[in-house]
Amino acid sequence: MAATDPMLEGADFRTRLQNWLPKIVLAPSFAVMVLFVYGFIAFTIYLSFTGSRMLPSFDLVGWQNYERLFRVRQWDTAIVNLGIFAGLYIVISTIIGLLLAIFLDQKIRGEGILRPIFLYPMALSFIVTGTAWKWILDPAIGLEVTMQQWGFENFQFDWIKDSEMAIYTIVIAAVWQSSGFVMAMFLAGLRGIDNEILKAAQMDGASNFQMYRRIILPQLRPAFLSAFVILSHLAIKSYDLVVAMTDGGPGTSTWLPALFMYEYTFTRNQMGIGAASAVIMLMTIAAIMVPYLYAELREKN
Amino acid sequence: MTLMKKFYTGAAVVALSTSAVVAQEVEVLHWWTSGGEAAALNVLREDLAGGGIGWTDMPVAGGGGSDAMTVLRARVTAGDPPTAVQMLGFSIQDWAAEGALANLNDLAAEQNWDEVVPEALQAFSTYEGDWVAAPVNVHSTNWVWANTALMEELGIEQPETWEDFVAAMQTAQDAGYTALAHGGQAWQDATIFDSMVMGVGGPEFYQASMVDLDPEALGGEQMVEAFERMATLRGFVDDNFSGRDWNLASAMVINGEALFQIMGDWAKGEFVNAGLTAGEEFQCFRVPGTEGTVTFNSDQFAMFGVDEDDAESQLAMASAVMSPEFQIAFNVVKGSAPARTDIDPSSFDACGQAAMADLAEAGSNGGLFGSMAHGHANPPSIQNAMYDVITAHFNGEFDAETAAEEMVTAVELAQ
Repeated sequence: MAATDPMLEGADFRTRLQNWLPKIVLAPSFAVMVLFVYGFIAFTIYLSFTGSRMLPSFDLVGWQNYERLFRVRQWDTAIVNLGIFAGLYIVISTIIGLLLAIFLDQKIRGEGILRPIFLYPMALSFIVTGTAWKWILDPAIGLEVTMQQWGFENFQFDWIKDSEMAIYTIVIAAVWQSSGFVMAMFLAGLRGIDNEILKAAQMDGASNFQMYRRIILPQLRPAFLSAFVILSHLAIKSYDLVVAMTDGGPGTSTWLPALFMYEYTFTRNQMGIGAASAVIMLMTIAAIMVPYLYAELREKN
Repeated sequence: MTLMKKFYTGAAVVALSTSAVVAQEVEVLHWWTSGGEAAALNVLREDLAGGGIGWTDMPVAGGGGSDAMTVLRARVTAGDPPTAVQMLGFSIQDWAAEGALANLNDLAAEQNWDEVVPEALQAFSTYEGDWVAAPVNVHSTNWVWANTALMEELGIEQPETWEDFVAAMQTAQDAGYTALAHGGQAWQDATIFDSMVMGVGGPEFYQASMVDLDPEALGGEQMVEAFERMATLRGFVDDNFSGRDWNLASAMVINGEALFQIMGDWAKGEFVNAGLTAGEEFQCFRVPGTEGTVTFNSDQFAMFGVDEDDAESQLAMASAVMSPEFQIAFNVVKGSAPARTDIDPSSFDACGQAAMADLAEAGSNGGLFGSMAHGHANPPSIQNAMYDVITAHFNGEFDAETAAEEMVTAVELAQ
């Protein structure tokens, strides 16, 4: 491109250098990124077709790892848990985030204080959130025993120790962490809506509810989409929260695909199956991201 | 000029002395981080310090050592293995198969290890006839630890049969105590499962299911029975057991909150550390139904291939580990039996002497078996597959029949 640029025909060295310098400077980091992101993705895909056990090996075994993966019961558990976790986490975070944003948008006093309070959980890592919630939800030291000491003798909340309910406690912690962030995205969207339209609607006698339903929410579509994409990839890669809160337990009831991948690859000497699960996770994320990117790019054109 | 010269000479001296220090040092990766364990390891550290060998400690917390193995994998992949790594059973074989371990044959021949180490242990410390690890101890895992005061208060005698054992726990539960102190981690569930398998079907069944992985034994009636006994035990565990560490469960027995704990003899270190005396304030007996047999695991120091500078201190460490003095001093503190058979039992407490006697008996009549829960019956991939089923059943995800079926599938997939 640069060499054929008519502006540079016959230009002196200095100008040519100025044109090339950004590319020269960026080339190493571009190469590193290609190697460490796409190179390792390719390596993982390759590993998923090998008989790797404790350390990587290079003997191809075909689809065997995928066949085994879908027969391992923990993978079923992990997939079902991901469905429950991702579904609830995305929906609840979005609803709470939206309600908080609408509430903060009512020109109330103290918005400056409330906004960072709602947003701050996002500043904590999931491992901190998880450890804190583990203690809060532990029946022997947390909420349950405190409520009982306050005189509510029959108060019971031992979900985290119950293999049927433990996955929902992870939803609680994750929602607590992310709702404020979703709120910030919606708030930005709400502030971007043209006031003139709202005034016009008001003059036409639209109620508050109608204004939100017919004008404001439809205009928040990009914010909804961003929230969905960010939350869904957070859900799929979710690992640290589970490790901190339950370590996959009780039993194996709170396993998520990311935990499965780590366990099989690094502690169980079944690197092939672990790599296969990583590829499935990558494909799941791609299935969400590709249509999104496609829609975004088409809109710009 | 002279100043520069001085500087260079000084730098050279510093460089020389640094390399000398490095040569006289061992880096040891282990997971002995609880009170009793750390004290036991100190014996070795001081022993080596006496010989002028430094000690770089690399502790990675977590019972069973799975976290430590993850750290190790990273170190070896990076080409920088520690000198010695605490390791269990098949992991040693796996690492030896990768060619990562050093050869200790000369030292072993010189000190006659072949004669003094029981054959069941040698199966793990040697790979294709070469010594690659120094065994530290033999832990047996089918022990019950009991609070004597609580037994007397409740009028409980030492149970002889499984039925007596259940009856004793029922008495404790009815009196408002936790009958069985237990931590809900997969390896702890598997530890009690070992004893249930041995108790239900004896040595032949244990060999067929846990070692030979015979699908008929894994999915058979005896396996269902073993899982049913697990469910019975689950009924005697308190509600808040999930995720509890084993030493906290031991503390429940020590404090008199709980009657029994089924755990390997490393638990004894916790009792002794709390100032209790074996045979008096606390009791140890084999899990009812498993008398005469011992399921063991053996902590070993796997010696990694290091460069020549470090090899000398590595051999010194291996030699120190195998010396009778260290074996006594360490195992008295740690609660286990020595890895050598020629040790005088007189300095051990009641439980330690019982362990050494049981070990000798089991070794002579074919009742000595590697513990599945501790990676001494089958390789890690199968061990973990079994863990999954056992822990899922213990937490109520399966009934006994489903669990036995799942055992067959899980083992098949991990092979």
